[in-house]
Amino acid sequence: METVISHPLFVPLLLALCIIAFAPLAVAGTVLLERKVLADIQVRLGPMRVGPHGVLQTIADAIKMLLKEDIIPDDSNKGMFKFAPVISFFTAAICLTVVPFSERLRVADTNVGLLVVSAMSAVGILGIILGGWSSNSHYSLLGSLRSAAQLVSYEVALGLALISGVMAAGSLSMVEIVRQQQARGIWFVFDNYGLMILPFVIYFISSVAETNRAPFDLPEAESELVAGYHTEYSGFRWGIYMLAEYLNMFVVGSVAITLFLGGWLRPFPNVAWLEIPMNYGVPVLFFGLSGLWCLPASRKLPSAIHKAGLVFIGLCLILVAAVFAIPVANAALSAPFWFFFKLATFLYVLIWMRGTFPRYRYDQLMDIGWKRMIPLGLAAILLNALVGILRT
Amino acid sequence: MLDTMFFYMFALLAVAGAILTITMRSAVHCAISLIASLAGVAGLYLLQKAEFLFAVQLVLYIGGIMVLFLFVIMLVNLDSAAKERQFHRRWAGGAVAAVLAGASALWLLSKGAPSFGSPVAQAAPSPDGNVEQLADLLFRQYLVPFELASLLLLVAIVGSVLMAKKRTS
Amino acid sequence: MPPELTQLLPASVPLSWYLVLSAILFSLGIAGFLFRRNIITVFMSIELMLNAVNLTFVAFSYHLKQVDGHIFSFFVMVVAAAEAAVGLAIILTVFKNRATLEIDEVSSMKL
Repeated sequence: METVISHPLFVPLLLALCIIAFAPLAVAGTVLLERKVLADIQVRLGPMRVGPHGVLQTIADAIKMLLKEDIIPDDSNKGMFKFAPVISFFTAAICLTVVPFSERLRVADTNVGLLVVSAMSAVGILGIILGGWSSNSHYSLLGSLRSAAQLVSYEVALGLALISGVMAAGSLSMVEIVRQQQARGIWFVFDNYGLMILPFVIYFISSVAETNRAPFDLPEAESELVAGYHTEYSGFRWGIYMLAEYLNMFVVGSVAITLFLGGWLRPFPNVAWLEIPMNYGVPVLFFGLSGLWCLPASRKLPSAIHKAGLVFIGLCLILVAAVFAIPVANAALSAPFWFFFKLATFLYVLIWMRGTFPRYRYDQLMDIGWKRMIPLGLAAILLNALVGILRT
Repeated sequence: MLDTMFFYMFALLAVAGAILTITMRSAVHCAISLIASLAGVAGLYLLQKAEFLFAVQLVLYIGGIMVLFLFVIMLVNLDSAAKERQFHRRWAGGAVAAVLAGASALWLLSKGAPSFGSPVAQAAPSPDGNVEQLADLLFRQYLVPFELASLLLLVAIVGSVLMAKKRTS
Repeated sequence: MPPELTQLLPASVPLSWYLVLSAILFSLGIAGFLFRRNIITVFMSIELMLNAVNLTFVAFSYHLKQVDGHIFSFFVMVVAAAEAAVGLAIILTVFKNRATLEIDEVSSMKL
């Protein structure tokens, strides 16, 4: 047992299994978050029936999806049709393996971590193209061509934004990038006298396009193309595409956080007296207050089961808050807390954008990519390189 | 040992992909086989500690060039062409030429085999990673070719845009 | 382990294996280039040959512990990218003008 736990591959393998096991749950949570936030923006309640305040809705949806008939179109290219979603899912999952959730909590720390991410997202395009082509339908083909053109275009802008960040860090290893931010005591987004905000904004806009989300969700523009490249997919395979799409959101969010927003570091990592309020105060208040809110809110619910469920959730959250108050647990958990807190904020902003912005036209999308983002990205590299040279 | 197994795996992928590329009927299938072959070679790069080339192979070849190929194939829609004869009438001559080329390469290899039997005595491996070494070399010693390559790419962009543009006259 | 197995599974892959592999890939590329009638597949065979050459560069570079070979491979890839952009544009133009991509039928310079 000792030898198993102390083996160098133990933590990475365990974490890889955890990622595969928890990714669908995290995606289910994100879908629920998306529906609730969108409902809030549109002054609705959102799903309310399954579980207290509808917290089990996406689980129910997932079960429904798994039980559905798996339809494969007659004239499709069967082997490719079955294999294409797998490419999308695996490339997204491989990207997650190089992301450090905290100093120790990581699967692999290769010295080319960022290259792996960009290489895998380039391969992921194939999943979309082949899926659209193999279903032998015009909507799918047009959707996949649109989607691939969009991804290829914005990958350039994304890469240019990444280069600025890599220049500031002087390394391609994701762990080393965060360590550099720790050593300088500043998140890279505020580095170079604020000039790094430019590549961050470029990265953010391109990553929205990269994940096919509103306002750049043309491949799935419901009113024109039914559902884009996965029009012909149903049941489980459609679920895999959905899973890959949300995993890609996690990936771009994690890269943004690692490269620009300090990774697992707390806000103001160089201010020592903020250690206690940031690492203890914020998580305890965050979990504790949301747990406490659940208790009176449960009284308004109609059925007894829902009331009991919400009270149970509230108690669990208070328990988590209590765990964060223990020094030993806090030392281990505060870094991942900050990482996932930032990730959740990133996802919230993405959903918020979906709720507020109208969809762009296709030519506008390409204009933004080629005529705005890429020149701006080049300018950002030049500016940051100059400032970087002048500083040293 | 593990290296050798990975070598067999990737080499098999590369060769099988290459064979399918030149024999499959439909152009899309050819492209997919070529992607498999390129991925196999990318794996071999990784095996030889060429991490940067591995990434470039995936990003540039598979994510760029092959996606472009698939685009063109889907745009020109070659369904009817796939039913026709795929090989030349003079395919036998081609086969002889290919076999001769391969045989001469192998013969030259076997002639020169003794000279690369054992690894050359080499300097201590640099502490830097592959990417840092490459960057050093590329931006110092090979700076002029690098700039020329960028010029070539610019010419290619302008050329393909000109060709794709509709003639207004 | 029996001796014939150790010969098949040496501790590290010898250089000659990589060279033989790339010779095979290159010959397959030549074969495709000469056999096929479709311009796009001919083009793919060229990519296959370039790739085989890259593999040789990387293998020698690994053997000699110098990264110069990687630079050459990198330049080959850049040239391949430029070639693909222009070549595919030419293919599209040819298809627009003649509605075929059979190289036997695209044998004259004039329409």
